[in-house]
Amino acid sequence: MSDVYTIWLREMIRYVRAKSRIITSLAMPIIWLALLGTALGTMMENSPLLPEGMNYVQYIAPGIIGMAILFTSIFSGISIIFDREFGFLKEILVAPVSRLSIVLGKALGGTTTAMIQGIIMFCLALFFGVSFGSELGNAGGIVVTILFMFLIGLSFVSIGIAIASKVESMEGFQMIMSFLIMPMFFLSGALYPIDVLPGWLKALTYIDPLTYGVDGLRYAIQGSQTAQFPLWVDFGVLSAFSIFALVLGAYLFKRS
Amino acid sequence: MNAIETIKLTKKFDKLTAVDGVDLTIEEGEFFGFLGPNGAGKTTTISMLSTILRPTSGSANVWGYDIVKEQDKVRKSIGVVFQEPSVDDDLTGMENLEFHARLYKVPKDTMASRTKELLELMELTDRSKDLMKTYSGGMRRRLEIARGLLHHPKVLFLDEPTLGLDPQTRRLIWKYIDKLNKVENVTMLLTTHYMDEADYLCNRIAIIDNGKIVACDTPANLKDGMGGDIITLTLSTPPPANSEKIKKAKKDLENLGRVLSVSLVKDTIKLTASKGETLIPPALNVLRDNKIDVRSVSLHEPTLEDVFIKFTGRKLRDEVEGNKQHMVKAMKQHRRFRH
Repeated sequence: MSDVYTIWLREMIRYVRAKSRIITSLAMPIIWLALLGTALGTMMENSPLLPEGMNYVQYIAPGIIGMAILFTSIFSGISIIFDREFGFLKEILVAPVSRLSIVLGKALGGTTTAMIQGIIMFCLALFFGVSFGSELGNAGGIVVTILFMFLIGLSFVSIGIAIASKVESMEGFQMIMSFLIMPMFFLSGALYPIDVLPGWLKALTYIDPLTYGVDGLRYAIQGSQTAQFPLWVDFGVLSAFSIFALVLGAYLFKRS
Repeated sequence: MNAIETIKLTKKFDKLTAVDGVDLTIEEGEFFGFLGPNGAGKTTTISMLSTILRPTSGSANVWGYDIVKEQDKVRKSIGVVFQEPSVDDDLTGMENLEFHARLYKVPKDTMASRTKELLELMELTDRSKDLMKTYSGGMRRRLEIARGLLHHPKVLFLDEPTLGLDPQTRRLIWKYIDKLNKVENVTMLLTTHYMDEADYLCNRIAIIDNGKIVACDTPANLKDGMGGDIITLTLSTPPPANSEKIKKAKKDLENLGRVLSVSLVKDTIKLTASKGETLIPPALNVLRDNKIDVRSVSLHEPTLEDVFIKFTGRKLRDEVEGNKQHMVKAMKQHRRFRH
């Protein structure tokens, strides 16, 4: 357990120290929310797809928070490649520490940073005028929001670890970005309601784990009016996926 | 007690055999050196002994623990200073040490005194709160050595600890690790391709070439084994190595009294003989009779370089680059195939 803490602590120190990275990794979601949200919002004005009285910035805010968490967590997991490249991984690997503790420490460290990024993004969204309120009440809404931030973070940091265990160098990185992260984000229903999509596209969104994360955030932030699934479905699917991803990451890391 | 024991230890990367049936026994408290060109299998051997790589066949014990079956106990007993840097640049020197101490479960109170002591020894006390990325190469190395010793390992592996450092820093590091071996009785396994380093530090040396140990003894015995002084004759226009002219000259030289061996490497002929100074005139006569021009002559006591040439037929430096590239390529391919 103390090994998990040690690895986690290093992630925290590195996160706090890399202030420029905190800002740059928030820049993209902010640009999406402010520019894309406002621009497409004018097109979507009075659209029947949005609940009455809700503007588009408000609608995509949970999805953009999900995006901030997705990016941060996948990059945290993938940073194992950097550790390998710069030699620090060897220091950890010859230490009397189980491989599982290393993966857990890394996963929880990445999840924590992703949650902090998510919470900052959440506060920024409120600053942009996004309103907060659901059937869960204020306290309940915040608890469920943070719970889903945790599950999204854990899922994708584990996926990042799994990828890092398979990919040798940073060369494959651009490919991961184009073929995994962006499609996953676009298919998650972060930017549009899923139920108006054609059948084949809808099917793809259903197998995207991020869909359930974004939907859970949506429920916690705006209530059932924009959510696609009941909260327990979001929670169940995402919990199962995060456990699966963590086991996969641990398995592949141990073998590499 | 034996600190390290290997039996037919072997590692293959696809077709390349990096370590080929190494049998080795290193006693507690010894300062043992692996001397050989890059790509000879030194790092691969250390990687196996420190549980990073699994041997293809054969077995080994470190501090009495099997390197495959008792990895955790092996890891607790050893410290490793890797050839490549292995610190976190975004942490301070002190944070790197703290991280290490936590992983190795060094008690908090021991940690404070031990860190202080090691930082002083390595002359890094005043820089310990600076980020690693501001350290020079030599300082990094010293911090890595301090880190490797933090948890009182029984055996310390030093993989090319002074590679790429300036002579002054090298001397300093030699002084430190020599002291650690003597004062703390840490068993040391050092790899190097610097003769002087092996000569200065090691109680015993194994000369390793193409994954095999070709000789293993104390530096003094290895040099005495040469049987006398070395006369080096540099030729101005060396004939081809297998020409009749040179063969005859070699034979004539061998027939001079007291000559133990004659070897030809590129444009130099080396003679080993006792009382070498009295053999210079007759040797020059032989070469003149064979119409071979000599540009210069020198006489010296045998060095480990001469020992290396005797056992491998090559100079240590000749093989360095080619061998390394070959090795790196083979290892890369190995990784690619594995996935």
